[in-house]
Amino acid sequence: MTIDLTQVRGLFFEESFENLDIMESSLLDLEIGTFNEELVNNIFRAAHSIKGGAGIFQLDDIVAFAHNAETFLDEVRDRKHSIDQALIDLLLRAGDILRMMLSASKDEIEYDTHLAETCQTELQQALAETTEFVEEIIAEEIIAVPAVLREWHIEFKPDLPILKTGNDPINLFRELEELGELTVIANIDAIPDFADLDPQSCYLSWELILRSEANDTDIEEIFEWVIDECELNITVNNLEDTELSISEQSIEELEITPEIIVPKEVIPQNIETIKSINNKVIEAHEEISEDIVNKHINTQGNTNSIRVGIDKIDNLINMVGELVITQSMLDQIGENFDNSDIMQLRDGLSQLERNTRELQENVMRIRMLPISFSFNRFPRLVHDLSTQLGKKVELILSGESTELDKTVLEKMSDPLVHLVRNSLDHGIELPEQRKQVGKPEVGQLHLNAFHQSGNIVIQISDDGAGFDTEKIRAKAIQKGWITPDENLVDEQLYEFIFQPGFSTSEEVSDVSGRGVGMDVVRRNIRDLGGSIEVKSEAGKGSKFSIRLPLTLAILDGQLVRVGEEIFVLPLLSIMESLRIQTKLVNSFTGTLEIYKLRDDYIPIFRLYKLFNIKNTATKLEQGLLVIAEGDGQKIGLFVDELLSQQQIVIKSLENNYKKVQGVSGATILGDGNVALILDITGLIQLFRNQTKSPSYLPLGTIRYE
Amino acid sequence: MVHKILICDDSVSIRQMLALTLNDAKYNVTESKNGMQALELANQQNFDLIITDINMPLLDGLSLVKKLRVLPEYRFKPILLLTTETDPKKKKEAKAAGATGWIIKPFDPDKLLAAIRKVLR
Repeated sequence: MTIDLTQVRGLFFEESFENLDIMESSLLDLEIGTFNEELVNNIFRAAHSIKGGAGIFQLDDIVAFAHNAETFLDEVRDRKHSIDQALIDLLLRAGDILRMMLSASKDEIEYDTHLAETCQTELQQALAETTEFVEEIIAEEIIAVPAVLREWHIEFKPDLPILKTGNDPINLFRELEELGELTVIANIDAIPDFADLDPQSCYLSWELILRSEANDTDIEEIFEWVIDECELNITVNNLEDTELSISEQSIEELEITPEIIVPKEVIPQNIETIKSINNKVIEAHEEISEDIVNKHINTQGNTNSIRVGIDKIDNLINMVGELVITQSMLDQIGENFDNSDIMQLRDGLSQLERNTRELQENVMRIRMLPISFSFNRFPRLVHDLSTQLGKKVELILSGESTELDKTVLEKMSDPLVHLVRNSLDHGIELPEQRKQVGKPEVGQLHLNAFHQSGNIVIQISDDGAGFDTEKIRAKAIQKGWITPDENLVDEQLYEFIFQPGFSTSEEVSDVSGRGVGMDVVRRNIRDLGGSIEVKSEAGKGSKFSIRLPLTLAILDGQLVRVGEEIFVLPLLSIMESLRIQTKLVNSFTGTLEIYKLRDDYIPIFRLYKLFNIKNTATKLEQGLLVIAEGDGQKIGLFVDELLSQQQIVIKSLENNYKKVQGVSGATILGDGNVALILDITGLIQLFRNQTKSPSYLPLGTIRYE
Repeated sequence: MVHKILICDDSVSIRQMLALTLNDAKYNVTESKNGMQALELANQQNFDLIITDINMPLLDGLSLVKKLRVLPEYRFKPILLLTTETDPKKKKEAKAAGATGWIIKPFDPDKLLAAIRKVLR
């Protein structure tokens, strides 16, 4: 029987990685010196499940490793080991090895077997009892034993309660019957008087005679489940003894080729030959099927799957149901439409709008995952890093159930790791240093996530030393970004850490400073349409706040007109729109115009100039100024007029055309026209390039030379 | 008659594997992911066979068997345990709990079906 296991295989890997996550987080939750049964059971179950699943897919190395880990864990479960740091570390490492082996099997690549062996040896040495360790689990080889017709005599006397375990002797007899010719003789002597009879007990015993070519194991297997619940006596008579000895002589003269039908009475020497032929056939067969599997994988490409809660799907089905009702209602109105139906039509249309919006929200929700998927790796990371750095750190996670788009979540993973590493490496001080300044020895690192006005905010804060502004300043001077006599406020100095090539660490440590700097972190976040903000206080700690859109596919947009072109601005980035009072505009050096808005000075972008659009308002008083914010910087966009606000489905410009700076994508409007979506951060970059204004200075800052 | 089988395992891949094999062999399969869920389902519907893992959260396989054996509908029904243990001690435990038999993981589809044929006719 063959069943397509490709799908189950994918599921197995997905599940195993989840199991490893559970194993890891449970290990990290273990407290040294205390035995927490629930956690230990979780860990055991994880290893156990991986072993079970790996067996199905014949991942023998994984089965063997998981089995050994399980043996050790079984001892831990039986309280034969005390929970100490070494034990936790060893098991964490074992988890890592399993993860490595699983990833390698999943992608069908090689892995470092030496690492696995070392860990295996360590697990073995850690064992309290010398149990036989499995080097490799080899599937039982079935060696064909020459089939001989024999007569079996079986006396079977089940214990009285045998029926209570769901075993029915009749089923056993049917099994036996399949092996050959069966005679059943029932013995009813043991049946008691009616008064004493318990209908749930089995008082019968049987004598069975079977003529069959089956071997011992076939018979034993049938009684396997009841062997401890019965008296069983099996004797066997060989009916073909003489015939066999004759064929034993003649068989040596036989030459075996695959075409020859192999006689049943093959003697052991020749079995080897057959086996080798068989193996070749099997190998050839495997090669072919492997090819097929590979092709199958190639056509499917890298399938990315997402697991969705059934409630989300149910909701969706519900919504679709509503949509169908609305549609049929509109259909009915349309059938014999007359003007008096106009109110009904309106109702129907607004219902349709509501349905569509709800449907959209629910579809979006499918892509949403709780941020715990990303947060969950940090306990381990923090554990490892703090040990490595000799620091004591308590990690606090909050808001783990906050959901965000799967793509955003995946792309945020690396930046978050970088920020956490930074906090541990540069932020939180060594225990002695902390004591000296009167802080508790154990530093705190807080990861928090929450929703705020249609955005997701992720905060990474620590109670460490905060940024060393003097060091940052010195570095900026060294790099020639500022002159020694320039005085910058702290916020301006923080901007330098996002500069490519910035690193205050004198030596590149193993922990942070791997060449991936904060500039990359910020770029990643910006690519997702988000922003990052820093706050820091010397001696008290620092806090990074990352603001991200909920989803990448749809945004609330404000349509604006410039000449005959329509652009979309993300509604979230718009602060206000106003009519320009020309007396508040200052002009410098011909290129830079600054608008004084209350206490702010805001650079004016004339969109028609930027995009080279004709037939448009060119005098500032003819149009409107839209004040938008991107990346902590405000700019004023000069447009002809504001149009409607609506939800915009983002289509990638990069995929369909090419990347254009200042434009984050495009959309199709209700009338079928294409409108470009403006990217405020990109526009600021573009503007900086044109005006040669360095990015660490707020735009509009005037530098007097 | 189509036999109704309840399977119970906390591992999705094992469940899928079982379901695929059993559906293919034209059994009517219901899945559950722990002993608690299985017990609830067993109370609501009448199954001809229950196949359960041992190591599971909330309610493990052996406790599930014990609880099922108390219910009148399941007193004589076949219940098979899925186990990776080849240890005879564990088999005794399974028997004592009231299990009909066991299926050793990993199983191949043919062996699984053969084991089922031993109890379902």
